[in-house]
Amino acid sequence: MKPPQPSFEATVSQPAIRKIIPIVPAAEPAGESLYEAQKKIYPRSVSGLFARWRWAFVILTQLFFYGLPWLQWGERQAVLFDLGARRFYLFGYVLYPQDFIYLTGLLVASALSLFLFTAVAGRLWCGFACPQTVYTEIFLWIERKVEGDRTARLRLDGAPFSLEKLVKKWFKHILWVGVAMWTGFTFVGYFVPARELFMQFLQTKMGGWEIFWVLFYGFATYGNAGFLREQVCKYMCPYARFQSAMFDKDTLIVSYDPARGEPRGARSRQADAAALSLGACVDCTLCVQVCPTGIDIREGLQYECIGCAACVDVCDGVMDKMGYARGLIRFTTQNALAGKWNASRILRQVLRPRVLIYTTLLGVLCLALLWSLVARMPLKVDVVRDRAALSRIAAGGRLENVYRLQVMNATEQPQRYSIAAAGLEGLTVASEPEVKVGPTESRWVAVRLQIPYGSAQAGSHPIVFRIGDESGRAHVEEKSVFLVPR
Amino acid sequence: MSDFTDNFWSWYVAALTLVSIAGALVLLWVTARKKIPERSDNTTGHVWDEDLRESNNPMPRWWMWLFVLTVIYSLLYLVAYPGLGTYPGEMGWTTRGEYDAAMVSADKELTPLYAGFTAKSAEVLAGDANAMAVGERLFMNNCAQCHGSDARGSKGFPNLADTDWLHGGSTEKIKETLTLGRKGQMPPMAAAVGSPEDVKNVAQYVLSLSGGPHDSVRAQLGKFKFNACAACHGIDGKGNTAMGAPNLADDIWLHGWGEQAIVDIVNKGKTNEMPAQAGKLTEAQIHVLTAYIWGLSNKAAAAKL
Repeated sequence: MKPPQPSFEATVSQPAIRKIIPIVPAAEPAGESLYEAQKKIYPRSVSGLFARWRWAFVILTQLFFYGLPWLQWGERQAVLFDLGARRFYLFGYVLYPQDFIYLTGLLVASALSLFLFTAVAGRLWCGFACPQTVYTEIFLWIERKVEGDRTARLRLDGAPFSLEKLVKKWFKHILWVGVAMWTGFTFVGYFVPARELFMQFLQTKMGGWEIFWVLFYGFATYGNAGFLREQVCKYMCPYARFQSAMFDKDTLIVSYDPARGEPRGARSRQADAAALSLGACVDCTLCVQVCPTGIDIREGLQYECIGCAACVDVCDGVMDKMGYARGLIRFTTQNALAGKWNASRILRQVLRPRVLIYTTLLGVLCLALLWSLVARMPLKVDVVRDRAALSRIAAGGRLENVYRLQVMNATEQPQRYSIAAAGLEGLTVASEPEVKVGPTESRWVAVRLQIPYGSAQAGSHPIVFRIGDESGRAHVEEKSVFLVPR
Repeated sequence: MSDFTDNFWSWYVAALTLVSIAGALVLLWVTARKKIPERSDNTTGHVWDEDLRESNNPMPRWWMWLFVLTVIYSLLYLVAYPGLGTYPGEMGWTTRGEYDAAMVSADKELTPLYAGFTAKSAEVLAGDANAMAVGERLFMNNCAQCHGSDARGSKGFPNLADTDWLHGGSTEKIKETLTLGRKGQMPPMAAAVGSPEDVKNVAQYVLSLSGGPHDSVRAQLGKFKFNACAACHGIDGKGNTAMGAPNLADDIWLHGWGEQAIVDIVNKGKTNEMPAQAGKLTEAQIHVLTAYIWGLSNKAAAAKL
């Protein structure tokens, strides 16, 4: 077990640690390596309020992830990111690569949500919704069903080779690989129609790249959830590093209450703690045994803590058995732990400016995203001036400019769009004033604009293209310029 | 690039690369061996600003092995691929080879497609939407630079979407133009026509041929001098596609319209060139382009009917 790690939080409640540790010359050669061999963690199973929440999130996120690719919308998959054709289908919407702004908006909203939830209650994302946690939870559940709980697993790993051990290990890995491969398959199902992919799989006709990505993503799931587990959070995850920067002293974090718990010590259930001059902590070390990152929460806030609250659940169970009040380990704030305020004040502190600003920003952004998606034009046009001729004289002595218009139909019906232009006196469309574009198709059309010769001064004149469908529902205006030569 | 007259820079780059890799290995070896004193409070013992202590949070050992793997990978890579100065690598990889391989694989994919196209005559092919989509892309990449993205050309670059052809608009002629290119030459004719006044008169006559606004008295005087031009453009000025002489009796003016433009050409002559595409495009591509361009011209003809 690791010796206590002093942190500034700990100093709040334990002023004794403030003592300066003198610098002593390094004692050779015994010491610790800069690299640490991985110690395998055997988390004990937990039940309780937060465990139920965690399972609720596991089920919710996985119903969503595994279920979505099988949902149909009319003739096609409801959610499909067709990278080859560069069309992204989201229920009734057909998105083009030009709609990247929505992904940007989604990412900004996700970041703001992370800021908000972290400021309010710490690493909720890490502990409950992060895929790393969720898949580790699923894999741990399988491990527990096959090999048993913590003590059984410890015993099994320590036991010499036997048939029972072989069978259990093989069975576990087969189940793990099964879940991992199904996860890989589901992931690919977001990019290749899942039903077709499944038929191809049954007929062993899956394409090379599909096989590669199923195996790649499956292997990543197997390795991350089966073996790396907390190592991902501790050494690889960038979120983990900057989430702690969003904490403040009013953030609800999983904390041990040392004022109530210390001095810790074992005692009989009948014993009077006060008489033994003991705190509420019975030093059962269950909080350490259930911790998926293998830390001791009683040492204060540590960067390894992913806020899963398993220790809260298990400690509450022990407190119930002992007949003590719950909450020796609980979600509380640093200010509350320092004795600054009571329960109702903690709740009021949730509505501090920082949280209100995050909430407002997030709300405004979500509304803006929603509004822009609802009001989105199912038509896009890019105007590119012809790269050969700046302008020319056409038959009849009219001055002509040529443009190429990329007309993108973002509906799933064929459309006829009318092309008009305005901005100069006598400006007319000399080419076909209508263009037919197939469903979810994008077409380049050459458009010729003319003005009577001499009707405008030499130079560049701003003009505007107006493109619209027959119903008048979709109409787009795109700016360009008309060049009149000297 | 032959700017390196000796091998110095090659050796310099190679040495720098290898020394850096060796440096990374040494760093790994030193840090793996280094021990820091064990402390009960799990800090390194450093204290700053009264109470700031550095915690001892060791890296996982597997992470160090990943570093070692990257070093091994980099060495294998440098043996296999060009990366050490001018050393070409054991695999013989070059960007040129990559390009050639890509071309071969593209050809393999495209050959059956083009075989389907070349099996049809250009006139029939013009009705094939697939072939025309390919033709449009070929046109955009190879022809639009001069003839415009709508193929209607501009001053000096002929309009390909009308029915007026300098050398004839049959599919055979279009293919010939694409394959071999064309050189249009009009010699300076001022000496043959006569005085500058005569040249102006001829210009007025030429304008009258197409029914444009002109001075009819001068045009009458110019008509006699036009004999010098008739050898190529014909006595009626309708041109001659066999030699690429433009029709002067229509309203299409490749090099500009009006007296001054005509006077300039008579005085100075004109050379215009369409480059041959034979070396750039394959025969099959030229066939598809021929069909595309023929289609443009004949669509316009059909629209006029």
